[in-house]
Amino acid sequence: MIVPLSISLEVNGERVDADVLPRVNLADFLREHLQLTGTHVGCEHGVCGACTVRVNGEIVRSCLMLAVQTHGASVQTIEGLSDSGEIADLQDAFRDRNALQCGFCTPGMLMAAQDLLKQQTEPDREQIREHLSGNYCRCTGYQAIIDAVETTARGRRTA
Amino acid sequence: MKAAAFAYARATSVGNALQLLETYGERAKVLSGGQSLMPAMNLRLVSPELIVDIGELAELRGISVSGGVVRIGALSRHVDLLKSPDIAEHAPLLAEAIAHVAHPAIRNRGTIGGNLAHADPASELPACMVALKATIVVRGPAGERRVAAENFFTGIYETDLSARELLISVELPMAGKNSAHFFHEFARRRGDYAMAGLAAQAIVEEGAFTDLRLVFFAVGDRPVLAKVGSGLLGRAVTPAELATASSALGKELDPQDDQQASASMRRHLAKVLLARGLSALLGRPDLHAGVRA
Repeated sequence: MIVPLSISLEVNGERVDADVLPRVNLADFLREHLQLTGTHVGCEHGVCGACTVRVNGEIVRSCLMLAVQTHGASVQTIEGLSDSGEIADLQDAFRDRNALQCGFCTPGMLMAAQDLLKQQTEPDREQIREHLSGNYCRCTGYQAIIDAVETTARGRRTA
Repeated sequence: MKAAAFAYARATSVGNALQLLETYGERAKVLSGGQSLMPAMNLRLVSPELIVDIGELAELRGISVSGGVVRIGALSRHVDLLKSPDIAEHAPLLAEAIAHVAHPAIRNRGTIGGNLAHADPASELPACMVALKATIVVRGPAGERRVAAENFFTGIYETDLSARELLISVELPMAGKNSAHFFHEFARRRGDYAMAGLAAQAIVEEGAFTDLRLVFFAVGDRPVLAKVGSGLLGRAVTPAELATASSALGKELDPQDDQQASASMRRHLAKVLLARGLSALLGRPDLHAGVRA
């Protein structure tokens, strides 16, 4: 008999206590237990990047982490980054540059792009491609996404 | 898909983890960074009864240098290796290879111990371990044992590690004087599995190799330490010798066919890597320029 385990973590700055079965991955925990459906589930084996979230400040694949592994951790999802205004300029740039069509990959793209922009103020297009290489987009052909990230980096340097 | 149900234990010490493995044997799986295990579980390729999470074991962390040896704890993540000044200085081959391992979000979780225990033949790190003459330190019910990387990898996803043992650390001899390295791989997409790759470590004195370890990956069931390397020691390599070595390499390798690449394509790519690698290690652009693999 496999029983749920108690976990306690912080999600977007709020304390969360829950009982979860070990097999529940972080993506499903966020979506189904906490109704944070901005984290998308695409491939469920770490290839597509749609489920990218931050754990203790670093981006990870939430489909490749068990919810029970986040006991004591701080998790930030696209809802957190969006509500706090941290990526408002990046979101504006995505809209202005048509860097999304269906929007399925967008939360993961924004998480990965913001991760790069936090580490590098002046990334060139090659570095942007490299950092986003683990995030698939089936609509845009990527150029517009790279444009948006480049524009945001430029905007932040002059801000 | 989703992983099948399993029980979960957060190991409190290496001893505790070993006890759990002793009890459950093949029915348990060790969870380190989970970047290979979780996909396999989500795809239901493996369905362990118990997951032993070793993620909290501080004694398995850390990178240190002493007595000419770089010691890397099993739980060191790819990102830790990528950012480590010690790795960059004393094991530059590994530093270069790590950048090719998957993507940032994966490198933030994946660990060297997990990668080596998983033993994917297309992975960069097992090849680097063989090229660098690493020693893999393993602990089990009978205590600790040390295995040369060359003997550790035994087949596709197969190693010398038993189901009751834990990979503790790896030890690399520090790169010495006159050492040179080369790393390159061909993949369909950036960060994806290689179709063919080469991790090479050498000592070059006065334009000639005195030691040369050419380790090809994704072209066999485990990292392949090419025999042709030993025939190129102690003298200037001529384009004709390179051509001979290239043809011998083609015969030595027995790559697999899969949806990524055919066996003949992999063999061709390995020859291209050989020419580029030797040319880069010796600083001889002429070698590469004259040869069509």
